[in-house]
Amino acid sequence: MMAKLPGLGPRSARRAVLHMIRKRALVLTPLSEVMATVAATARECLNCGNVGTADICDICNDPKRENGQMCIVEDVADLWAMERSGVFKGRYHVLGGTLSALDSIGPDELRIPRLMSRIGPEAVQEVILALNATIDGQTTAHYIADQLEGQVSVTSLAQGVPIGGELDYLDDGTITAALNARRPV
Amino acid sequence: MSGLHLSRLALSHFRSHHRTEISVDARPVAIYGPNGAGKTNLLEAVSLFSPGRGMRQAAAQDMVRRPEALGWKVSGILHSDGRAHEVAHKSENGNPRQVSIDGKTAAQTALGRLSRVLWLVPSMDRLWIESAEGRRRFLDRMTLSFEPAHADLSLDYAKAMRERNRLLKDQVRDARWYAALEAQLARTGAQIHQNRLTALEALRQAQDGAETSFPTADLELTHNDSELPDTENALREALAASRSRDMIAGRTLIGPHRADLVGTYSAKGVPARDCSTGEQKALLISLILANARALAADLGTPPIVLLDEVAAHLDETRRAALYDEICALGAQAWMTGTESGLFEALGDRAQRLMVSDSAGTSKVVTVGLLA
Repeated sequence: MMAKLPGLGPRSARRAVLHMIRKRALVLTPLSEVMATVAATARECLNCGNVGTADICDICNDPKRENGQMCIVEDVADLWAMERSGVFKGRYHVLGGTLSALDSIGPDELRIPRLMSRIGPEAVQEVILALNATIDGQTTAHYIADQLEGQVSVTSLAQGVPIGGELDYLDDGTITAALNARRPV
Repeated sequence: MSGLHLSRLALSHFRSHHRTEISVDARPVAIYGPNGAGKTNLLEAVSLFSPGRGMRQAAAQDMVRRPEALGWKVSGILHSDGRAHEVAHKSENGNPRQVSIDGKTAAQTALGRLSRVLWLVPSMDRLWIESAEGRRRFLDRMTLSFEPAHADLSLDYAKAMRERNRLLKDQVRDARWYAALEAQLARTGAQIHQNRLTALEALRQAQDGAETSFPTADLELTHNDSELPDTENALREALAASRSRDMIAGRTLIGPHRADLVGTYSAKGVPARDCSTGEQKALLISLILANARALAADLGTPPIVLLDEVAAHLDETRRAALYDEICALGAQAWMTGTESGLFEALGDRAQRLMVSDSAGTSKVVTVGLLA
């Protein structure tokens, strides 16, 4: 069962299980208790799609996060990545995927209708699209931007040279994007 | 990128080759042997040193030696830009090809920065008279040799088009979804179109400025039923206007995927499709040589050139002229033929490999001294 988890192969799963068995009191028992609690309480936030232990997550419940900015991400892992940076102080909306006609994922399968219903009541002034730079991600970004046109300001994350990155290691597409998005120094 | 060439090539369980190791220098390589001995398989192995599926457009699992079907490996020392790189390709258990450069796993597109490989194979002899798809592929291979990013653009374009075609087939009527996909199609499609035009201009200049014994071809990019919109905005508008028509057809009817390459024998003003078989072949050779010359001028080094069974279709004078042009270009050209005599005019300007078949296994012997 452990080997079926993302990021774990049969060998690493065996090592993890053996480690837990050897450290039964220190690791296995506390972990099993936490897992039971998570299984009983974890749920998706009805408002934004984040994972929490209540119907409405801590971010949506926090009045300080209602600053008029809303960041749109593909899944919860992206939300956590943004939160790790600690820079963004607004609210999130997790789509739960991207538009893909080939996989039969349309706007209704994502949380796009829910996103539209949040704009007015939460006084959103700027929507920040933090979607992947893939065809599906960019199609979804374009779709949402089109739907929000005239209602709020819509921005997207910059694409280009990462902090600490060396040009020699970048692919041609990234260099092109960075060059197109150049700015005065 | 100076002195682009392979100095070592090793094949393991690749098609008819059980275990083959070859050491060569930067001169052209003449490969001869009977039909079915495994000459073209050597060329296909070299073609893998550029991005894509190689000169046969084959899937990785089709390249495995049978009946063992153990997986295969092709490795070599590639000299590029004054440095030697260890490049290896392998496929195990029918999985897609994996590429490593200097011991590190790399994307296939990374090969485009190291090397350029051009080829001419007998299946291309009917290029001018068959469907437009083959000519588009031919043009895109030439374009890719000038602009490595063309591969990623083409993949992105194809992905967006599959998505749009699915919407059309499913009769989805969400205008915003179409508009979002058409924005991606227009962005990548306009760039693809521009890259192709740039490549055609580079070829035209290379043909104009060359002294060659081969006929030159005028090349023109056309679209199936109308002018292909050449800017992003124009293409986006054309796609939006074409939705009703596309929905009836169940597929996208406008865009660079519907373009065609029309060739004309310059001196005679005759369309390439109406030329004799020999003239059509000569036009193709002329284009490959022009492509190689343009790359040499652009990058400072000629590409690796693969010419499969090209000598047999040329008379003695044309053959000698081809060899002279290749040697003048300084390209490591890998050429195949059934007899050693076909390469006589090369003299000591080339190295020779003799390929034979022994109980279903290819054997390669180096003939003559290396420089």
